[in-house]
Parts: sequence; C-alpha cells; structure tokens
Amino acid sequence: MPEVLEAPLVVEFPFTRSLGPVQSAFLTGLRERVVLGVRTGDGRILVPPVEYDPVTAEEIRDLVEVAPTGTVTTWAWNHAPRRGQPLDTPFAWALVRLDGADTALLHALDAPGPDAVRTGMRVRVRWAGERTGAVTDIACFEPYDGDPAQPSGHTGDFENPVTGIVAPARLDYTYSPGRAQTDYLHALSDRRMVGERCPSCRKVYVPPRGACPTCGVATSEQVDVGPRGTVTTFCIVNIKARNLDIEVPYVYAHIALDGADLALHGRIGGIPYDQVRMGLRVEPVWTEGARHPDHYRPTGEPDADYETYKELL
Amino acid sequence: MSKEPVAVVGIGQTRHVAARRDVSIAGLVREAAQRALEDAELTWADVDAVVIGKAPDFFEGVMMPELYLADALGAVGKPMLRVHTAGSVGGSTALVAANLVAARVHGTVLTLAFEKQSESNAMWGLSLPIPFQQPLLAGAGGFFAPHVRAYMRRSGAPDTVGSLVAYKDRRNALRNPYAHLHEHDITLEKVQASPMLWDPIRYSETCPSSDGACAMVLTDRAGAARAPRPVAWMHGGAMRSEPTLFAGKDCVSPQAGKDCAADVYRQAGIADPRREIDAVEMYVPFSWYEPMWLENLGFADEGEGWKLTESGVTELDGDLPVDMSGGVLSTNPIGASGMIRFAEAALQVRGLAGEHQVEGARRVLGHAYGGGSQFFSMWLVGSEPPAS
Repeated sequence: MPEVLEAPLVVEFPFTRSLGPVQSAFLTGLRERVVLGVRTGDGRILVPPVEYDPVTAEEIRDLVEVAPTGTVTTWAWNHAPRRGQPLDTPFAWALVRLDGADTALLHALDAPGPDAVRTGMRVRVRWAGERTGAVTDIACFEPYDGDPAQPSGHTGDFENPVTGIVAPARLDYTYSPGRAQTDYLHALSDRRMVGERCPSCRKVYVPPRGACPTCGVATSEQVDVGPRGTVTTFCIVNIKARNLDIEVPYVYAHIALDGADLALHGRIGGIPYDQVRMGLRVEPVWTEGARHPDHYRPTGEPDADYETYKELL
Repeated sequence: MSKEPVAVVGIGQTRHVAARRDVSIAGLVREAAQRALEDAELTWADVDAVVIGKAPDFFEGVMMPELYLADALGAVGKPMLRVHTAGSVGGSTALVAANLVAARVHGTVLTLAFEKQSESNAMWGLSLPIPFQQPLLAGAGGFFAPHVRAYMRRSGAPDTVGSLVAYKDRRNALRNPYAHLHEHDITLEKVQASPMLWDPIRYSETCPSSDGACAMVLTDRAGAARAPRPVAWMHGGAMRSEPTLFAGKDCVSPQAGKDCAADVYRQAGIADPRREIDAVEMYVPFSWYEPMWLENLGFADEGEGWKLTESGVTELDGDLPVDMSGGVLSTNPIGASGMIRFAEAALQVRGLAGEHQVEGARRVLGHAYGGGSQFFSMWLVGSEPPAS
C-alpha cells in the first residue's frame, strides 16, 4: 500500500478587533506609558480592565491608573520561545500584580534563567521603544529592586484613542487526507478515477472517504468510475473568486461520473457558458503536472435523460 | 411526569449593521441581553443559566469566546453553555435553553446568539486551503446556486420567483427598525436588474454580512405568570442533522428538514400546517429558498411552493406571511440569524412586532438551517399555553 499523503496546512488571517470603551482606554494608555485598571463595585482594581463587573454584572467604567511596578504572583519558564512571542530568548511567563491592582496581568519576564525568578519577586514594566496602542507596548517585565513607582492619577481620557487593533492569527497543521483519499489521488496521477463501494448500501463514493456516511461502515472495494459523466446541475459564476486564475463567467457544475452515486464538482469548458445544460455529457480534460482534471468538456454524446440523474440532485 | 411549559418573556436585539466598530464583542452581546432583560423586566440576578451560540470560531478568530463573555452576560457563578450547529446555531441554541426549562433544570434561562462578521471574513473562514483537494470554485452562493437550479427544473417555477421573494423581504425590512438593510427606494425592477452573481442567483437575492446579536429570556409557568407583557408559549421544538453530502441526499428538500418539521408539528398537534399556522419566519439566505422551504416544511406539495410566493400568499398581508422581519435576506449576523427567526416568531404571537405585526398571529413557526443544508432547528410558538 502506498504511503499516506501528508502536507502542511497553514491557517492565517489578520482579524480586526473593535475595542469598546474600556479596552480602548487600556491600550491607548499603554501607548502613553500609563497602565489603567478598572474599579469594581466592591472597590477592587482589575488589571487588565474589563467592561462588566464579574460579581454584579454591572457595566463598569471607573478607570484607575496603577503603577508600572509590581510583584510576580506565579510564573512558568519558557525554554524555547516561538514565533510571535514577546522575547526571542528564553523567558518566564509571569503573572504580575502591579502596585495598586488587585489582579495580575500575564506577560513575559526577561530573566537570565529560571533560577533568577521566584514568586514574590519585584518587577517593573520595560516599555517598547515604538508604541502603537497594543499589549506589546509593554515589551516585557524586568527585575526591579527600587521603590514602588507612583502613578500620576490618570483617568483614561486621551487624545486620539485607539479604537481598534489588528490581531494576526496563525495555526500550523499537518494535514493528511487519509488512506482512501490517498489511493484516489494516486489513481488520479494515472488519470484514472477510482471510487469506493459501500459493502452495505452498495453506493459508490468518488472521491472516496474510507467510510460510508449513511451506513457508518468502512469501505475498501475500489471501483473505476467515469471518466465520462453527466452534468446534473450547475451555476454560472460571474464574480472572480479569490486566488483563482479563471476568467469569468465560467460554469461550476455538479458532475455524476458514470458509475458514481454522488456528483463531484468541476468546471465546464470547451463550450460557451450559456450553452451548458443539465444532462450535458462531459469528460475530464487533464493538463500536464496538475493533480486534478483542469475542467470537463462535452463528449458530443446526446444529453442524458432527466430520469437517469434526477435522483442525484 | 410531563414537561414544564416554556414561555418567552423577553426579547432583545441590536440594530443590525455592517460593522459595529463602537463596541467589543462583549459590548455587542451585552446590548441584546440587556434589552431582553428590560423587555422581561428582570435583572441579571433573576437568570439561572446562560446558553450562548455563534457560528465557527474562525469567523472572529476568538477561540471559545463564551469564556470571555461570562461577566458581560452575568453568568459568573452560573452554568453557561455554548452551542454550535453552523448557520442553524441561533435556533438550536434557543432549543437547548428551552429544554433546560422544560426539563425543570432551571427556571429562567437567558439565551443569546451573535456574530461580528466585520471582525473577519466568513468567506475566508469557510474556505480554508485544504491540501490535495480541488479548491471550491464558487463560494457560498456558488455552493447553493446549483441546488436552486435543480429546484427550478424539478418544480417548473418561472425565473422571476426569486426576485419576488427578495422584493418582499426588503420591503418587510423597511418596517423593522432592527433590520440591517433598509432599501427605501427598492423596486422589483431594481431587484431584477441587479447583477447575476451565481446564475440563477442575483446580487439582490443574496443576504448581507452583518454585526448583531439577539437574546431571549425563557422561563417556566411561574415565570410567565409574573411577566409584565404578553408571552409566547413554545408548542414544539426539534433539531435534525444529516451529512453534508451523501449518496441519495435530496439537496433541494433534505430529509432532515422534513423530519424536523414533522416532529415539531406532532408535538404541537398540527395536522395541516398550511391552515393551522398563521405565519412563518424561515431562514432564507438566498431568495429561492423561500419556495424550497415552503415545500420542505409542508406548507405546499412538492413543486408547488413557488405558487404561494407568486400569488402573494407569503406577503406581509397575505394568507401565510413569510419572513415578516425582512428575513436573513435583510439581516445576517450568521450565528444570530437563527435566533432572530425564533425571536420574530415569538414577537408575532406576543403581538409586539410593531410595524411588521401580522394581525391575529396566534401560531408562528421559526426555522433555521445551516452548513450544507445539514442542520435544522425549528420551533412553533403560540399566544396561548400549550394544551396539557
């Protein structure tokens, strides 16, 4: 059996965040080297601030400046920093209760090694050189043995407040299509289309999934299907899809390959888009180096009778 | 032991728009929840549990956002559940909440669904570049458009039916202050002249992308007795699922939708939905889905749904009004869209739907579907308590 295929899948997007009044003040404050907390109904100061009181659920907007100095309440050593983390040398992830706050803020603590970090140690903010109104305006915390800094009593009103941020996110996966799809893809490289038959309902799936979705049993019996098939239904696409180098308009069709019990999807070419019809008989057109058929074109056979494919709609 | 009757005593929505840049996600959900509590004249302390729903986390890129929304929704110290069933999630979220009341697990439950589509891009979130697979050539509209063509072939419906639905729903939206699209100069000619995106679906026959939230307060018989305004009683509710694609799937009228409706009608004692149900708020993201769902839900025989649309039966002043709120075609914060349907059904039987009120609406169906027509959730609400 050939080796099961595997490939990287990177999922990446720059999400935007509307901040609302409290996060807006907090991040704008960091830009101005001011750390703000919020006062709750029972008089505690939460840093980072939240919009709603965790005890009473009331809206809270009373912003209070706290000091850029504080105490480590707990920590974990990060031996191998990864892309996008605050420091590129090993550091501690630390919860820091800033002087004047009742809760702790998570950030990086720059220290030479785990032996130099302990719960209860005193630290201060190391500000980033360029600040934009983001949590990374705090470059990290660093050890500090001076007196607590005195906040200036800022209440969170700033010129040009930050109201939104962009938060890029990225996930790295290793994707495997599994045994059945791998077999299908290997057959494609010989320009054969191979489905699998369910041992229970006898339906032929192409591409195969390795299991029948209705019977819930594994499939293994391979069946050659096509290469010819019937257009069961379609639409004419008039808007250009992202990352697709296809001129519009084009026809996107459901194609029931001969011998398959489920239509697959493909583009129709070799015929003007406005002459494509349900029941059109088509065959795949392969291009050198491509894994899948580039498109399907008319075979010239008479159209299939509606009765022969209506159950596949 | 019989189930506890479930009543809707509070409904709240945000004014749905393309982008709510003035609020965080917490601020958005808070607004809807606060309005639902105000409608019910209740406080956060009166709520026993919170059930929240939204579409995939990829849509905003906040993994498990419910964890960060507990304080915004007064859920600290209370049970909080998240539901996810793609586009139908707003409906299934309401049903999970209703079941908690019906089972007497909780007396009063706040249920809420939201989407802040402006923070991301649903098209991206739904079309990740999976290795080895042939890229989907068409986007969401292209996924559904071939099924619309199949419906047209099967039913013999004239090409114009889709534009009639869009024209009706956009006019209904003009009566709904919470609807996203308010196209004051809409005409049938404009709908029919709008660009063909995925033939047979035109631009004006597709839904917008919205930021919004919808919340409801559900309660038991005792809670309903204390309610300051008319309540909506749940007479039946059901969910059904099936695979996205399988050999034998009817993509025009999925079996799961038929089964879900049949279950709701059985619970509610409905023998003839066309005669016994006064109005329907259904999930129609592309206009042609109105006639398709009319058949799927049993309001018309197979192939006959478009005749109800064409003859004006589904107009606001028709015999069976459909999508009185303006529907998904006028407002689509995806995760909230199902709950907005359920809430509209409840508003109608409470007599609180304002300018889009159907006179004398006593029994109204709320409907949602999601994924590749694979998740269905529905409820039937009435102005009177359920029999027994």
